[in-house]
Amino acid sequence: MGQPERLRVGIDLVQISRIRESIAAFGERFAQRLFTAEEIAYAGAEEALAAERFAARFAAKEAALKAFGLSHAGIDWREIEVLRHADGHCSLRLHGKANSLAGAPLDHETALSLSHDGDYAVAIVTALIAAPPITTHSH
Amino acid sequence: MSTAPALDEKIKTVLRDHGRLNKDAMSLNPDADLYQAGLTSHASVNVMLGLEGLFDIEFPDQMLNRSVFSSVQAIRSALLELGVAA
Repeated sequence: MGQPERLRVGIDLVQISRIRESIAAFGERFAQRLFTAEEIAYAGAEEALAAERFAARFAAKEAALKAFGLSHAGIDWREIEVLRHADGHCSLRLHGKANSLAGAPLDHETALSLSHDGDYAVAIVTALIAAPPITTHSH
Repeated sequence: MSTAPALDEKIKTVLRDHGRLNKDAMSLNPDADLYQAGLTSHASVNVMLGLEGLFDIEFPDQMLNRSVFSSVQAIRSALLELGVAA
């Protein structure tokens, strides 16, 4: 029998126009501080769609931090990467500290869904994580 | 510990310009909870980038967490730790 598992979920909503303002205010540093080279290449491939693609990816990173309980862990956003596959679906790849704190790759399963409409982008992350050992306390 | 009023004023200016708070940033108490004042995760990134640009610093990974941006006082402590002059 395998380890018990817990289902975790995280969600984040981002206003696309705010991301556009950040790009205008901080230039390339905004993208370089938050996104991997592959994410920047995809989002920047079509200038008209860059803000909504960055917004959805930022939402995904924040949703992942919530799902894995890493909001206080000090994680570089670039350690949580959104991969876009040939069929259009997206998934998460964790690197470095994000990966080690979220659990070894075999210990968790994640799913990511992105959506946007009008001025908002939303991301939801679900993760199946091996439950920690149950500790008992005697009183 | 010094209250570093000059540094606090600079922090509040960045919060005013980038924090999108639901109250006047310039009159915040040093220990006021910025998330309670409306700071979102995205706005906290803008505040971080604003501080990095103003002080020519870069927040290291271990400071990229909610608690560092939770109050003017917390931001001040992080900046002092990074060598920013009070």
